[in-house]
Amino acid sequence: MAVFIFALFVAFVLGLSFYFGRKAKSASGYFAAGGSIHWSVNGVSFAGDYLSAASFLGICGLIATKGYDGFLYSIGYLAGWIVALFVVAEPMKRLGKYTFTDALDAKFNSKGIQLAAAISTLIVSIFYLIPQMVGAGVLVTPLLHLPHAAGVIMVGLIVITIVATAGMTSTTYVQFLKGALLIVFSTVLVIAVCWRGLSTNPNPDAQSIERLSASGSNGALVISDPSYKVLSQKNVSAGKFVKVAHNGDNGGEISWWKSCENGSGIELRSTQWVTVKENGDRFINGAPASGTNGLRPVGNMEAINGKRGKEADTGSVGPFALLANIGNKDSVVNLWGKARFADGSDDVTIYHPIPTQGNKIMRPGLKFKVDGSPLQRLDFVSLMLALFFGTAALPHILIRYYTVPSPACARKSTIVAIAAIGFFYILTLFMGVGALVNGVINPADGNMSAPLLARSFGTILFAVISAIAFATVLGTVSGLIVAASGAVAHDLMDRFGGLKLSERKKVIAGKIAAFAVGVVAIILGIVFKGMNVSFLVGWAFAVAASANLPSIMMLLFWKKTTAKGIVASILVGIVAALGLILLSPSMYERYGLDPSSAPIPFSNPGIISIPLSFITLVVVSLLTQKDKKSEVAEAA
Amino acid sequence: MLHEPAGNVEKDHATPYKTVIGVRMFVVYALVYLGFVAINVFKPALMETTVLLGLNLAVVYGFGLIILALVLALIYNLMCVKREKQVNSQGREGEIS
Repeated sequence: MAVFIFALFVAFVLGLSFYFGRKAKSASGYFAAGGSIHWSVNGVSFAGDYLSAASFLGICGLIATKGYDGFLYSIGYLAGWIVALFVVAEPMKRLGKYTFTDALDAKFNSKGIQLAAAISTLIVSIFYLIPQMVGAGVLVTPLLHLPHAAGVIMVGLIVITIVATAGMTSTTYVQFLKGALLIVFSTVLVIAVCWRGLSTNPNPDAQSIERLSASGSNGALVISDPSYKVLSQKNVSAGKFVKVAHNGDNGGEISWWKSCENGSGIELRSTQWVTVKENGDRFINGAPASGTNGLRPVGNMEAINGKRGKEADTGSVGPFALLANIGNKDSVVNLWGKARFADGSDDVTIYHPIPTQGNKIMRPGLKFKVDGSPLQRLDFVSLMLALFFGTAALPHILIRYYTVPSPACARKSTIVAIAAIGFFYILTLFMGVGALVNGVINPADGNMSAPLLARSFGTILFAVISAIAFATVLGTVSGLIVAASGAVAHDLMDRFGGLKLSERKKVIAGKIAAFAVGVVAIILGIVFKGMNVSFLVGWAFAVAASANLPSIMMLLFWKKTTAKGIVASILVGIVAALGLILLSPSMYERYGLDPSSAPIPFSNPGIISIPLSFITLVVVSLLTQKDKKSEVAEAA
Repeated sequence: MLHEPAGNVEKDHATPYKTVIGVRMFVVYALVYLGFVAINVFKPALMETTVLLGLNLAVVYGFGLIILALVLALIYNLMCVKREKQVNSQGREGEIS
């Protein structure tokens, strides 16, 4: 069913592309859909473009694994549209033609701006492309039972075909279709979650949590049930884990348990674990990994409003009651943590339950440590800053202002986008917590939480939601590739390189660039397998906000802005944001180094790189006022 | 004069007015957003307080920010459309009242 619906959708999308391909012969038709898209269609297409894998898969997955903290992305992503509407929309439409470089360069005709803005477009687009392609691979594995790389290649080839045939026109209609379907079926999913209500055992196939009582002194641990024997203990940053043999010492059934102190003594809680032997053999919960032996789904409520067991079941509830019940201080939700350590020559990864009070789930603090040190709080502020200022600086969003006929239409389409995207982001909280309490989460990868939640309601909803999730990736990747190909063909080749391409040649150059960027995206999607989708998009926002937004805002609101100031601001923004990211604790962890040894103590660069870019623009512009008259005169 | 025509966009006499109200509304929203960030940074426990329909401040403020964005956007559009009709039909520069 899933494969059929997916194939049907892809066939329809490709058919649409070939149909519009015949109409997209001019550069304006290819890069900006001829500026003829109706504002209402463009608004929903904005939603289709913007609601990427990070929104649907990443945010829902983050809420499903970390509670409210994932919803912070929804709030920040949506708030960014206010900057787009009130500050950027109409001026971008008035000043630009195909790319946002046009708008930045409108007053100056500066080679420096053309080069810097094109480089910035390419870097931001590629940063944004990586998580989309990774998301494609994540989706394909359960949907089509294909390996990660196959999914990435498939998406890459389909998108290259969409973009290379008809450019922005087909991309617009793919995004319109996908945006509309995503919102409709997400609403259906949320209604289904409320209709089911809450219970402490929503999925009999989910991992149940068993408990053993134990006592200990001087480091020795004794389990009350004599059929269990402690073999060894491991203390890691995530807590203490105990290796236990059941019914016989080393010859018995071996399992790993999490040791927790409670008021009356020590409690051991069952876990799931993956062991990789020295020869590469992989075992899950003690048995060889296979199609039938994998990690069991997790996520449930242990108590609802203080009630446990059958009496806790709520039956169908309204949307607000759903959130209120989960967020109640007497409710307990089992989140799942991860720990990894060496046990002799074995590499062991443990997934363990973390019972958490409902009132802690429904407020920030589990991922972003707002209760933590000043630096951790600064990291949170930095993220919220980048999300707020990033949207209006994303090249693939900005080019959509050129697909409508007038600045007023640009404004109206932004308002449609705010309505559609805002409504969807409200739904993400319900879908995320729905997955969190319905026993559907894959403990090793939260990205699939929303589609897996749909699967708990039957194959048809799963098939449709998965196909839409795949389309989500298609729509966003198409937009990114159009933006990147515009930067190469229009900004770099035609304007910076001075090739003065004819309309036809510009379209051909755009198609070749789309193919090249698509191939790069495929390679990166395979290389970055396993990276967190939402987190990477947060970085793309930070780079965009640092490199592009200061230039856009100062060009519009500060008359002393010079071309050299814009160039310096873009370059400083890129270098600062990228440099801070590469030296951050998150990247140190990825390099296999100790995160605490990272020279930059936080993972979100915006709070330094955005002001730095602004300051650079002001200082360089003030220092180059003498050049300004000649710059403007040359442009005239 | 621009070195390359952007699009075929007619002169909009309401632009100065729209720019000013856009900036004002941006500031209003930014302050409300800043309030959300500030509470989380300085008084995070406040976010647990139940404020409406059993929902805590974190959820109500979060939903509120999303809904406020749409409300401000609609008001902004109404004001823009009204001024566009008014000044563009008269063909003169929009004045800020």
